Amino acid sequence: MSQTNVSAIKTSGFERRPFESFDKESAFVLITGLLLLVLMPQYSEVYTLITATIYISLCILAVSLGLVWGYGGIFCLGQAAFFGLGGYTYAIAALNLGDTTLGAMAAVIVPMIFAAALGYFIFWGRIGDVYVGVITLTVTLIFVRFLNGSAGDNYSIGSVPLGGFNGIPMTPQLTTLDGSGTPLSTQAIFVISLAALMLVYFICRLFLSSHTGRTMIAIRENELRAELLGYDVRLIKLLTFTLGGGIAGLAGLLFANALTVTPGMFSLTNTVQIVIWVLIGGRLSLLGPIFGCLFVQMISAQLGVSGLLNPEIVLGVILIIFVLFVPNGAVPTLYQMAERGLNRLKRGGHGK
Amino acid sequence: MANNLLAVSNLSVHFGGVVALSNVDFSLKPLELCCIIGPNGAGKSTFFKCLTGQIVPTTGDVVLADSSIVKMSPHLIARKSLGIKTQVPNVFEGLSVRENIRLSLERSFSGKQLAHRFEEVISTAGITADLSERVDNLSHGQRQLIELAMIVGPKPSLMLLDEPAAGLSKAESTHLANTIRELASSSAIIVVEHDMDFIKMIAERIVVFNRGKVLMDDLPSVVLNDETVKNVYLGKDRT
Amino acid sequence: MDYLIILSVQTMSTIAALFLLCAGLAIIFGMMKVINFAHGEFFMMGAFVTVLSVNSGVNFWLASLVLAPLAVGVLGLVIEWCVIRHLYGRMIDTMLATWGLSLGLMGLADAIFGNTVTGISDPLGAVAIGRYSTSIYELVLIGVAAALFVLLFALFKYTKWGLIARAAMQNPHMTAALGLEPRRVYSLTFVIGSALTGLAGGVIAPLTSVTPVMGLDYIANAFITVICAGPAVLLGTSLAASLFGSVNNIFTFMYSSVFGQVALLATAIILLRFSPKGLTAGKLKKAI
Repeated sequence: MSQTNVSAIKTSGFERRPFESFDKESAFVLITGLLLLVLMPQYSEVYTLITATIYISLCILAVSLGLVWGYGGIFCLGQAAFFGLGGYTYAIAALNLGDTTLGAMAAVIVPMIFAAALGYFIFWGRIGDVYVGVITLTVTLIFVRFLNGSAGDNYSIGSVPLGGFNGIPMTPQLTTLDGSGTPLSTQAIFVISLAALMLVYFICRLFLSSHTGRTMIAIRENELRAELLGYDVRLIKLLTFTLGGGIAGLAGLLFANALTVTPGMFSLTNTVQIVIWVLIGGRLSLLGPIFGCLFVQMISAQLGVSGLLNPEIVLGVILIIFVLFVPNGAVPTLYQMAERGLNRLKRGGHGK
Repeated sequence: MANNLLAVSNLSVHFGGVVALSNVDFSLKPLELCCIIGPNGAGKSTFFKCLTGQIVPTTGDVVLADSSIVKMSPHLIARKSLGIKTQVPNVFEGLSVRENIRLSLERSFSGKQLAHRFEEVISTAGITADLSERVDNLSHGQRQLIELAMIVGPKPSLMLLDEPAAGLSKAESTHLANTIRELASSSAIIVVEHDMDFIKMIAERIVVFNRGKVLMDDLPSVVLNDETVKNVYLGKDRT
Repeated sequence: MDYLIILSVQTMSTIAALFLLCAGLAIIFGMMKVINFAHGEFFMMGAFVTVLSVNSGVNFWLASLVLAPLAVGVLGLVIEWCVIRHLYGRMIDTMLATWGLSLGLMGLADAIFGNTVTGISDPLGAVAIGRYSTSIYELVLIGVAAALFVLLFALFKYTKWGLIARAAMQNPHMTAALGLEPRRVYSLTFVIGSALTGLAGGVIAPLTSVTPVMGLDYIANAFITVICAGPAVLLGTSLAASLFGSVNNIFTFMYSSVFGQVALLATAIILLRFSPKGLTAGKLKKAI
C-alpha cells in the first residue's frame, strides 16, 4: 500500500473540475448576460424588452427540463404543469394578499411542494423510464382540462376567479420592494428576468458539481450500481425533480409578469415544445436548452408571421429528424466537433 | 451462531412455477473466504441477489451482522458494509474512471483521506487505464477491475464477487487471485466462478450449488475429488 | 331502479369504449414496449375515415368495422416501416418520434379538413328504460367490445402469431432466441394494433364530435390504462378498463367530468405505487 504524500494527492486529479471544458461556457454565459443586462434596457424598445422577457422565462423553463431530463435522466413531461402552477399561484397569491413579493415566493414554493408530492408517488413506487413521462403528462393534461372548464365565479380561490380558458387577465406586475405598490418598469422586469436566468444557470452548475448532483448523474448512468453503493436513489431523484419543479415555477412567475396567466401554459403544445428545445439544444448541457428554446421560438415566430407552413407539422418533423439523426442535440454535437477540430490542429502543429 | 457475519437459513425463491432456490442454508464467518461453484441456472446469482436485496426471497431469512435484511432496500443493505461485483459489470458507463471510483468512496471518506484511499484502491486493483478515460471506452478486463476497485474502496466487511475472472487473461486472473487473497485479510469474501484454475488459486472452502440447492459445502480437496460433484458439473476448465 | 340500470349501462359503455380504445395500444406496448404517441391520431383517422365514408353514402357498419381498420392498418404499416423499426429498444426515443408523428398527423388533418367539427349521428336511436332513455348504440358498443375480447382471446390462444405474441410479451428476448424473425412479427403486431385503434375510432365516432385534435382527449386515459394493465395484455387491459371506467363514471356522475378524470388519475397513481408493474403483475402474469 502506498504512503500518503503530497504528490500522490495531486495525481488523483480531484482539483480539476469535472466539466472543465464547460468552464468556458460559464464565462460565456456570465459575460454575455452582463452585456445584455446593461445594454438592452438602455437601447432596446419596450416591445423588444417584453418579447425578450417572455423568451427568457421560456429559457428558464427549458433549463428546468435540461436539468431533470438531460442530466438527471428523469423523463418528466410535467414541466409545463409546474410552469403553469407557478404562474397561477403568483397571480392568485398576489391578488389575494395584495403583495406581489409574497406572490413571487409562493410561485416557486407551491410547484415545489406539488413536485415533491408527485415525485414521492413516482419514485417510491420505483416508476421509471417512459412511465414517468406518461404519468407526468397526464397530470399536465388534467390541469388543462380542469382550468379550461373553470369559468364562472364558483371556481375561485379566495377572491380570484380562475377564469376558464381566459385565465387571469388582471395578473399584477411585480412591485418595488418599498411597499408603495409601484409596479416595476418593463426595463426592471427584463433585468430581473435575465438575472434570474443567470442565477438559475449558476445554481444548476453548482448543483451539478456538488456531491448530490454528481450522484444524480451517476444514477442516470447506472441506477443499480448507485444503489449498490449505498445511495438512496429515490431521494436523490426526488430532490432533482423538486428542484426542476421550482425552476419551472419561477419561469411561470416571470412569464405571468411579461404576458399573462392562461391554461395554455399547461397545454400539450407547450409540453412538446419544452421537449423539443432540450432535444434540439442538447441534453448534456445547460446552455443547449437555452439555445434550443431561442431557436425554436424565433423560427415559430417567423413561420407564424409568414403563414407558410403549418407550425405543428414543422415541429413534428423537426422532432422526428432529431430523434432519428441527432439524438445528442445541437450544442453537445457542436462541442464535439469543436474538440475534434482543436485536436486536429494540435496534431498538425506537431508535424507529421 | 452469534459469531457469524452472515447467516442464511431456509432460503427459497420461487418465480411463478420456477424454483430458483430451495431451502438454502449457508453461513460465513468474518474474514472467511468462500467459493461457490455450480452449473448455469443453479441459483448462484439468485442467491447473491437475495443477499443484496435485489430479490426478496419467498421464504427464509438472511442475517447480516446480526440484523435481518430480507425486507431491506438494497441501498440500506449496502450501507451495512456489503459490496457486490455483479455478473455483468455494473459501472457508470459514461463517466470517467476517476469519477466512478470517487463516487464509490464519497459515502465513506472525504478530503485528504479520500484522496489517499483513492490511490490505495487504484494500486490494489491494479488499474492501468487513464483515469480520465470514459469507462465505456475501456476493455472488459479493465472494467472488471474498476468495478472491483469501487467495491473495495469503502472497506466492506463482506464482498460478493460474481465471476470476477470472466474475460480476464491468464496474467490478469493470476493478479486478481493474488489481490483477492490479500483482500481476504480485511474482508469476508464470497466468490462465484466457473474458472477452476482460478478457484484452485484462492479457495479455502467450496460450496456447490445445483438446481437451487446446496449440494456440498467442504474443503477444496474434498469437493474437487467428489464423484457426485464431478458427475453433476465440474465447470469450464480453462486448459 | 331505472336510474341504476341507466347508470350501469353508461358505466359499461364507458368501460367498453375504454377497452376498445386501448386494445391496439396495449398489444403494441405489451409486445414491443413501444409507446405509440400517435395513438390518438390513429383513433382520429379511424373516426374521420368513417365519417367521410358515411357522408359519401357508405353503410355505417361497413365503414366503421371494415374501412376504418383497413385504412389505419395501412397507415400503421407505413409508419412502422419508416420510423418505428429504426428505434426498437429505445422506448423514450420511440415515444418522442411518434409524438412528432402525432403532431404531423394533427397538422395534416387540420390542413386537409380545416378546424371544423364534424361527426355522424347516432345510427340506431334511443330506447326507453322507465323514465330515462339511453342510446341503443351504447348497448351495441358494449357488444362490439365483448366480441372483440372474444376475438382477441381466440387470436392469442389459437393462432401462431398469438403464440409468438404471448411469448414475446412474457419474455421479450425469447423471440430472437427462438430464431423467429422478430422484425416481421413486430410489423404484423404494429399493423394489428393500428387497425384495432382505427376500428375503435370508427365505432366510437357516432358518440362524439370528430375533429383533428380529438385524439388529445383520449390519449391520457389510454396510456394510463395500458400502463396499469400489466404483462397479461388482454386480461390486464380489461381489468384496467373496468376499474378506470367505473371510477371515472361514478365520480363524473357524482360531481363533474373533471373530477372523474382526477379520480381516474389518482387511482392509477396509487395503484402504480403499490403494484408498479400493473394489475396483472403478480399471480395473473401468466394469463392471456
